[in-house]
Amino acid sequence: MALTSDDVQRLARLARIEIDAGATRDVQAKLDAIFAMIDELLSIDTAGIVPMAHAQDLMLPLREDAVTETDRHALYQQGAPSVAGGLYLVPKVIE
Amino acid sequence: MSWEVVIGLETHAQLSTVSKIFSGASTAFGAAPNTQASAIDIALPGVLPVLNRGAVERAIRFGLAVGATINRRSVFARKNYFYPDLPKGYQISQYEIPVVQGGALTIATDAGEKTVRLTRAHLEEDAGKSLHEGLPEGLTDVSGIDLNRAGTPLLEIVSEPDMRSSAEAVAYARKLHALVMWIGICDGNMQEGSFRCDANVSVRRAGEPLGTRCEIKNLNSFRFLQQAIDYEVRRQIELIEDGGSVVQETRLYDPDRNETRPMRSKEDAQDYRYFRDPDLPPLTLDDAWIERVHAAMPELPEAMRARLVAQHGITDYDAAQLTSSRALVDYYGAAAAALPAKDAAAHKLVANWVLGEFSAARNRSDVAVAAAPVPPAQLAGLLRRIADGTLSGKMAKEVFDALWAGEAAGDDDADAIIERRGLRQVSDTGAIEALVDQVIAANSATVAEFRAGKEKAFNSLVGQVMKASKGKANPAQVNDVLRRRLEA
Repeated sequence: MALTSDDVQRLARLARIEIDAGATRDVQAKLDAIFAMIDELLSIDTAGIVPMAHAQDLMLPLREDAVTETDRHALYQQGAPSVAGGLYLVPKVIE
Repeated sequence: MSWEVVIGLETHAQLSTVSKIFSGASTAFGAAPNTQASAIDIALPGVLPVLNRGAVERAIRFGLAVGATINRRSVFARKNYFYPDLPKGYQISQYEIPVVQGGALTIATDAGEKTVRLTRAHLEEDAGKSLHEGLPEGLTDVSGIDLNRAGTPLLEIVSEPDMRSSAEAVAYARKLHALVMWIGICDGNMQEGSFRCDANVSVRRAGEPLGTRCEIKNLNSFRFLQQAIDYEVRRQIELIEDGGSVVQETRLYDPDRNETRPMRSKEDAQDYRYFRDPDLPPLTLDDAWIERVHAAMPELPEAMRARLVAQHGITDYDAAQLTSSRALVDYYGAAAAALPAKDAAAHKLVANWVLGEFSAARNRSDVAVAAAPVPPAQLAGLLRRIADGTLSGKMAKEVFDALWAGEAAGDDDADAIIERRGLRQVSDTGAIEALVDQVIAANSATVAEFRAGKEKAFNSLVGQVMKASKGKANPAQVNDVLRRRLEA
């Protein structure tokens, strides 16, 4: 399947990235190549094969339910652009 | 034209673990902002999530309680969306293969019992909180982000669209709420957001295929759930009857205005781009673990209800009411155990009082069972005096009110109050006969009316005897003696 430039802009919006008009064609060509590869994969007969959930055959390790962390918010917030009263501040988001 | 309402619920139950689902940070409610947000919860680079065994065990417990399939292998996925209170840019959830699949709950409706099928229940993490008000002084045009809640374990329980009215939806939500508390996987605190519902609502004309649904988000009380659904049903029916059509969308309920409104800025939000989380291999459960969880399960409400009917001889209705809450049935059990008699009459007396006076008093003062001022042993002390004929029903209510008001404390205090207020019922036949004779002699006109066939006159005479005894005569005995005398 070939993508349209509208598809590319929609994907960009979903990914919260900006792709200017000049770059659209380039991104479109790269994505088309990826979709072509997906089409190729889809042509393989996978009937009766259980889908793989993870690239490695690992068991999920579990931890006991216990509090092991201490309050380190002062350290963590040193890297934040804006904080007040222990809160991270961001541009106003309200529904 | 009659409309059919179709409702399915998605419920988020916060699991009662002490630590988060993927980190060792505390889940305690009410801590200062961000003091319980670890490097994993705030999504610092280079960290990896490690699943909490306690959260998994609670999910298994739930699956067993609703007769669901526990998937021996389930998979975590990333649900991608952008919001400041979700620092990773995705929520870890389960998508294609959840830990719990199927199951059912039975609810009571006006038309009898009804089964609501469950689709699934899956483990996921909660997001943080965005604060728009009450920020430190001088801050405008900003929101504050508190990530203490980020990573709190949730079990999202999804029902099939099996409910047909807001009343059924509330009955289901209440049943589910009682069950998660009963099996100890969630504290059920709705004010703190530990149990919240999203309702999928659609309408259709009888016999037609399903209509387009709207999802109402974040209903954190049973009353709001009912009101939001009622509003949404009216809105959809009016829309269609006016020639419009329902648009599938997410709506928020505004309790102040009692209406639902579409959520804005969510144009593309439905496209979550789920994919399997490469940080987490599949969760595998072995039969031995599931068997251990099964062995440690408490007796479930339905089983206990049947047992109370069979062993205690109380009615199925009373047993259903009592087992609607773990705390209530525990109270009933403790009161019954403190009574010397173990027959059906004793159990019925306890059930009547726990569901009657006790529950009414609790509702009036809005207190939880555990916080009630009359502990079970004290109630049993009172019931003993009803069973042995010391107290009439009316006197017992007076003693109960005095106990509730804290007039005395301790297990024998019903007796102390009976003594102090002189509430001993007169059951001495000789004394009652004397009173009856007095009243007959002094009310010849009323006696004549009764003999002429006016049954009301009898009640008036009973009232006179009770009055003459200052309310202390055993009413049943007064009835007997009076009738015997009058018909002699």
